[in-house]
Amino acid sequence: MKMITRMLVAASALAMTSAMPALAKTFVYCSEASPEGFDPAPYTAGGTFDASAHPIYNRLTEFKKGTTEVEPGLAESWEVSEDGTEYTFHLRKGVKWQSNEKFTPTRDFNADDVIFSYDRQGNAENPWHQYIPGITYEYYTSMAMPDLIKSIEKIDDYTVKFTLNTPEAPFLANIAMPFASIVSKEYADALDAAGTREDLNNMPIGTGPFKFVAYQKDAVIRYTKNPDYWGTAPIIDDLVFAITPDAAVRLQKLKAGECHLMPYPAPADIEGIKADASLKLDEQAGLNVGYLAYNTTMPPFDNPKVRKALNMAINKQAIVDAVFQGAAEPAKNPIPPTMWSYNDAIVDDAYDPEAAKAMLAEAGVTDLSMKIWAMPVQRPYMPNAKRTAELMQEDLSKVGVKVEIVSYEWGEYLAKSMEPGRDGAVILGWTGDNGDPDNFLSVLLSCDSAGDGGANRAFWCNEDFSKLLKDAKITADPAERTALYEQAQVIFKDQAPWFTIAHSTQYVPMSAKVSGFVMSPLGDFTFETVDIAE
Amino acid sequence: MIRFILSKLLYLVPTFLGITIIAFSFVRILPGDPVLLMAGERGVTPERHAELTAQLGYDKPVVLQYFDFLGRLFHGDFGNSLVTKKPVLTEFLTLFPATVELGLCAIIIATLIGVPVGVLAAIKRGSWFDQISMTTALIGFSMPIFWWGLLLIILFSGILGWTPVSGRIDLLYYFPDVTGFMLIDSLLSGQKGAFTSALSHLILPSVVLATIPLAVIARQTRSAMLEVMGEDYVRTARAKGMPPSRVIGIHALRNAMIPVITTIGLQIGVLMAGAILTETIFSWPGIGKWMIDSISRRDYPVVQSGLLLIAGLVMLVNLLVDLTYGLINPRIRNT
Amino acid sequence: MTDATVKLSDAAIRRRMLAEFWFYFSQNRGAVLGLIVFILLVLVAVFAGLLSPHDPTVQYRDALLVPPMWEEKGRAAYILGTDAVGRDMLSRLIYGAQYSLFIGIVVVSIALVGGIVIGLLAGFFGGWVDTVIMRVMDVILAFPSLLLALVLVAVLGPGLTNAMIAIAIVYQPHFARLTRAAVMSEMKREYVTAARVAGAGNLRLMFRTILPNCLAPLIVQATLSFSSAVLDSAALGFLGMGAQPPAPEWGTMLAEAREFILSAWWVVTFPGLAILVSVLAINLMGDGLRDALDPKLKRS
Repeated sequence: MKMITRMLVAASALAMTSAMPALAKTFVYCSEASPEGFDPAPYTAGGTFDASAHPIYNRLTEFKKGTTEVEPGLAESWEVSEDGTEYTFHLRKGVKWQSNEKFTPTRDFNADDVIFSYDRQGNAENPWHQYIPGITYEYYTSMAMPDLIKSIEKIDDYTVKFTLNTPEAPFLANIAMPFASIVSKEYADALDAAGTREDLNNMPIGTGPFKFVAYQKDAVIRYTKNPDYWGTAPIIDDLVFAITPDAAVRLQKLKAGECHLMPYPAPADIEGIKADASLKLDEQAGLNVGYLAYNTTMPPFDNPKVRKALNMAINKQAIVDAVFQGAAEPAKNPIPPTMWSYNDAIVDDAYDPEAAKAMLAEAGVTDLSMKIWAMPVQRPYMPNAKRTAELMQEDLSKVGVKVEIVSYEWGEYLAKSMEPGRDGAVILGWTGDNGDPDNFLSVLLSCDSAGDGGANRAFWCNEDFSKLLKDAKITADPAERTALYEQAQVIFKDQAPWFTIAHSTQYVPMSAKVSGFVMSPLGDFTFETVDIAE
Repeated sequence: MIRFILSKLLYLVPTFLGITIIAFSFVRILPGDPVLLMAGERGVTPERHAELTAQLGYDKPVVLQYFDFLGRLFHGDFGNSLVTKKPVLTEFLTLFPATVELGLCAIIIATLIGVPVGVLAAIKRGSWFDQISMTTALIGFSMPIFWWGLLLIILFSGILGWTPVSGRIDLLYYFPDVTGFMLIDSLLSGQKGAFTSALSHLILPSVVLATIPLAVIARQTRSAMLEVMGEDYVRTARAKGMPPSRVIGIHALRNAMIPVITTIGLQIGVLMAGAILTETIFSWPGIGKWMIDSISRRDYPVVQSGLLLIAGLVMLVNLLVDLTYGLINPRIRNT
Repeated sequence: MTDATVKLSDAAIRRRMLAEFWFYFSQNRGAVLGLIVFILLVLVAVFAGLLSPHDPTVQYRDALLVPPMWEEKGRAAYILGTDAVGRDMLSRLIYGAQYSLFIGIVVVSIALVGGIVIGLLAGFFGGWVDTVIMRVMDVILAFPSLLLALVLVAVLGPGLTNAMIAIAIVYQPHFARLTRAAVMSEMKREYVTAARVAGAGNLRLMFRTILPNCLAPLIVQATLSFSSAVLDSAALGFLGMGAQPPAPEWGTMLAEAREFILSAWWVVTFPGLAILVSVLAINLMGDGLRDALDPKLKRS
């Protein structure tokens, strides 16, 4: 046995050294999850977009690298009508589609591609709407595109006009999101003719910086540089995703030089990474929030005073230390500090068990026992909900509140936490889609979302608050919008429908040889700017 | 013989039907809802929820769904994954070679080490070799392999840096799938070093997976040998003055192998269970990890058909073991 | 198992059998060692409250991930260190023994009782009852046990109780098969016929006459299942489907500790070691039991 191991080890060491000649620059990314597919439209997972929308495709508008600002993408410029309902996009000329062994494009990107990309998602009559049985367009639907878009017209080959039903301030940011990636109409037609429509999802053709080469399920995705890319060409020649779901294994691979960069390190490993000279660590405040949502329709939690008292009884810093290992900022607002309109003037409720006890007594609440729901899964905004719940349980017991921790299977958890009569407070969170405050506040806290199927899990409906959001949504002027959102945050803090937990910091460990990686506040991983030193 | 095989096969039909019922009904009574999982934190309106449920065909009566399921099975249609939208059979066949490669490698390690150790331990019964090897075997048999795998990663990949951490081959090698078996494909590719790279990636996971079968085989071999060596004809042969090596080689070993082969065959169930844990720890792109992921994602068609395919496979292997047994030992055929 | 009738099973004979059993059992050093460790484990579980230096659920916020006391940064108050929220590892491991024993006992009891009843029914009545029952058992056995337990737990909802039920259901066919086989061979014996002629009812025949005579293989299987149950429930806990945090169940502790595999070895190593040692002890005991109870091996 020992002999065999030794022989193999020797052999593998040999293989390592002999296989190393650097003919082309290959960048290996230890990704976390397998992509669901390579058509960005039907899917919702960030890991899928990192493998499809970002390397392979482009959108009309793009987020400027490292920010949530919108910049021109496949649309070079645009005009918005006075009333904010008509968007006219002027498309970039000379953008080449990629090719693969089965498809060679005969024309450049044009208006037909734009119309096709949107119509197949919104129009049930489009033959490509159901090109794979059971396919749905969740992002398109949940971003309210079907209600918002009245029509999309082709003015000429390089001009497209979108007409909206109502003005929507975040529209340009919405269409920079992965689901709005532009796919090739010509490729789709060719697949139609060949009878292999599902290849749109298996062998993607885009306009982006990298070309898809191959995918071995649950193991490896390979890309190569797109030589005809219309933007700045990537520096590396080949891009490889090594799918490695376990954080500890990912780090181990990074240390062993088996990959150059990894997402989502375990919080506990951060110190070790910082101490390792062969590694670098980029960090950035995440565009997210973790929260505990009370059921504001159930006594005694319908009383803002009780909610405030409970908030004061929980030691936020202890959660940040023990659960996030310090890799987070204690949250006082429902939106993260990196987002515009964040109201920094707000003062967080101090941790004060004595005062909390007094407030509870004042509100006439004694012998309170409650449930805290802890999510069964790990999310970027909440590395360990059970541990968080345990800490809260301890803290609340000190002010005489008995806590029972409950958990359900993830899908059930999401569903049951939305049921109006829910017993208990729910730990959950949110990661921003497009950097707009509306994407946090309206989705999570407005009266509209407090109804059936909405994501307002505090069931909190404050007319003043919702009014401010509605006004902000149809206001085009950023300064005015900022003022409205700042005001909304004041109401939120006063009413305390949530205990805001933390905004977790994103860490990206990489080999010290890597340069040029730009972190995205939206949590995307893109590699067209990275380089590796020899 | 043919009648024997046929009767065995016929016997499998009701069992297989039972398996379809279990696979189908268990999965359909799973709490949770794939539609909700797709929507995530955002939530979904009741109308949209109903619409999506109908689209997936989960609004029909369950019994009807079962017969639909069965009907499609007869046409070789195992359904499509809710997550990737791809046919379950395609996914199974893509991932299956990785599991088979891992499992075969593990069973080869287990057999090549387990059988000689067992035989030797039996021959030298009571010696230090017997005691040490059997203690080790019992430790292996008691091993929580998910922990064992983690320890080996820390030691061999982390501290010593001898083996790669995870994956099936160094990413610098790229060649198309031919058989799906990395060892074979790497040889076919003709790329220098590819085979050794594939082998070095395979060694740690297969050692972990082999741990329990190895222990079982070693113990089983030893006790089978002991039993055979106690039989009259072996004693007779010995008494006649046949050299011990011949006694062991000709009589004892051959007869002891019958239960050992059965044991090896029966390890496939153990291997599948072990594969779930091993693949999870080593990020091995195989069936076990696929099943775990699909259970947590409530990917009904994958769990249903996956259970079915795996159980069917275990059944087939057990049948093969039965048949081999029948071949070796004709007495069984008639009972 | 002589040919004499059941009436012979009086105290004297029982004592003699027990003495004989102990003689063979005590010959096996490993088995005795296993028994000692097992008894220690039981003692630890029973006196967990007295033995553990800390409350296993109290979180010492000033002592997160403290290494064991012999390490550089270790503290004497936490002999084996603390976990990510500052709970004492040693105390959690001690209380974990309760879980493991409890799981083993519950699983084996459910599987044993269920298996015996089903096996007795099948073996005693034969015919279509036997066919149906055994076919169902075949179906269960066709699935790899851990996979079936996983799906079952997913159906029932993750948690310790459900994990135990799932594991018991998966184990039960082994007992059923053993019982059935034993019953079928016993049925042909004279003492059964004698009892039947004497007018014993079906129930009496099944439980009083036949069952005591096929206990030996069941006992051996039960010990085996006990250790497998501890392992499998730990595996389920590790996959997040077993006991839920903050329960100090060893597998669950391992699952929680997995993120610290590179930074805090003690939270990963000790729970695994605890599982290994207790499973090993039970298996050693099981080996001894089998040797002592199985007359064939005894003489070879």
